Amino acid sequence: MSALQNMVGWIDDRFPMTKVWNEHLAQYYAPKNFNFWYFFGSLAMLVLVIQILTGLWLAMMYKPDADLAFASVEYIMRDVNWGWLIRYMHSTGASAFFLVIYLHMFRGLMYGSYRKPRELLWIIGMIIYVAMMATAFMGYLLPWGQMSLWGAAVIVNLFQAIPIVGEDLAIWIRGDFVISDVTLNRFFALHFLLPFVLAALVFVHIVALHKVGSNNPDGIEIKKGPKGNRWSDTAPADGIPFHPYYSVKDIAGVIVFLMFFAGILFFAPEGGGYFLEAPNFEPANPLKTPVHIAPVWYFTPFYAILRAVPSFAGTQVWGVIAMGAAIVVLFLLPWLDRSPVKSIRYKGGLYKGFLAMFVIVFVILGWLGTQPATELYTLFAQIATTLYFAFFFLMPWFSKADKTKPVPERVTK
Amino acid sequence: MSEGVDLKKRRFLTLSTAVIGAVGAGAVAVPFVMSWQPSARAKAAGAPVEADISKLEEGQLLRVKWRGKPVWVVYRTKQNLEDLPKLDGILADPASEVEQQPASCKNPTRSIKPEYLIAIGICTHLGCSPTYRPDVAPADLGADWLGGFFCPCHGSKFDFAGRVYAGVPAPTNLVIPPHSYLSDKVVLIGVDGGAS
Repeated sequence: MSALQNMVGWIDDRFPMTKVWNEHLAQYYAPKNFNFWYFFGSLAMLVLVIQILTGLWLAMMYKPDADLAFASVEYIMRDVNWGWLIRYMHSTGASAFFLVIYLHMFRGLMYGSYRKPRELLWIIGMIIYVAMMATAFMGYLLPWGQMSLWGAAVIVNLFQAIPIVGEDLAIWIRGDFVISDVTLNRFFALHFLLPFVLAALVFVHIVALHKVGSNNPDGIEIKKGPKGNRWSDTAPADGIPFHPYYSVKDIAGVIVFLMFFAGILFFAPEGGGYFLEAPNFEPANPLKTPVHIAPVWYFTPFYAILRAVPSFAGTQVWGVIAMGAAIVVLFLLPWLDRSPVKSIRYKGGLYKGFLAMFVIVFVILGWLGTQPATELYTLFAQIATTLYFAFFFLMPWFSKADKTKPVPERVTK
Repeated sequence: MSEGVDLKKRRFLTLSTAVIGAVGAGAVAVPFVMSWQPSARAKAAGAPVEADISKLEEGQLLRVKWRGKPVWVVYRTKQNLEDLPKLDGILADPASEVEQQPASCKNPTRSIKPEYLIAIGICTHLGCSPTYRPDVAPADLGADWLGGFFCPCHGSKFDFAGRVYAGVPAPTNLVIPPHSYLSDKVVLIGVDGGAS
């Protein structure tokens, strides 16, 4: 035995290094028919790493103090060597993270990846999504610009709409009667902590994935199919080892992704006002609200739903409930879909029509959320909100009534 | 060997240890949770403030900071005051039934002195600060607009007495802070002076 083998053996006697490597990479058999849509899981992990790394560096130069925060961001942008690049990587990375996650979730929606036995996998993913939203929201306060302040004011006040305890809860979150230095300081601490919680949740997500095995574009359980492939007699015939097949495939995805990411980073880091909004180049002013407040694009669909619901019975809690429900309903997806097939490939026109409508409505809501609330747009938002919920609440019906096609025994191309 | 083991006693001891442990963990959580409450310094910043309104002209709005929030002092014109009753039909709470004001301001103008509106400039929807729109019938707010406040965040509208329009996201009228007049032209915001 060589010295290297000796060393591996020594470690393996004390830590399951080879075992973990094999179980999760070299002998983890994933369906052989993964397509384009399967890039986004690994890309999401890449972006999380980018965010943690750039975030750590920014934390070395940023000051979480209401008097110093705005200037410290400008200091990073202007005076710190390559500070602008690290900061833009972080701010653009936030948008990239959500883009990748939305595509990752849409993949699940298309191929029924949330269906039995992957319900818990989907729920863990949804928890990750909610934690991401909390992280992004707290992060957006840190530059202490006008949009930081007023965006945070609006979101924290959502809690105020909760009957009886709302007022005290909002004060407790802020640590003050308004968003202030106290809030900024604690949001910074939490924004630093949450990415590590995210990383832990991603670990749990992968543990769950490797327990049930990956879904695929055909929505067929390869574990239930015939056994035996080139590598193992007991592995699913339609499976290939994750490493090197998908690790190499994912590297190709990473390269293409990084090309687009660098393009935006260098040529449009503000994303036309969608990644970094114009009012945020003005220091926070608690006495003056910007003329038009809109959250960053990844929150706007839910923001549009919030605005669409008018207050009645002396409370505005209804809009908050609608917005919360728009997210909660996603958790219920595994139980709303009653289709006999998983993948869109074998679903009928009815389901495809509803899914297409949902995508269009989600994009429209996202756009409306960036626009001022005129009467016409509010009406549009109300229609779109209704259709958004219709997709979920009618799903038990249309997924069942849908004319499905027969599912093949083995995975196809 | 389970002979001679008092399982009942063991179960009781296990449970009581768990309960005592949970109580301890709960108790130690208290300082962590309570430290998020406003500090003594934040509370002290909530002291009353004086505002000199002698330089305020008709139609103008003055912003004063009280408890970190903008408080508006608006010098309403005669026309503004005459317009107020005309809007009663399209408002959610024209008579100020919901307690968003001290008793001294539960009147048609929602103020101690009719011409001066003193209100917290924070939308009762989600806490944006509405914009002052004294202009009559501007293009974006429609021909019926008689002046007031428009919240750019979610489109809530308030009239010149801070009363909310019906059918907008904000549920209630703007809050009138407790205030009193120290003299003709000096207001103390944060202390209720009662009816004058």
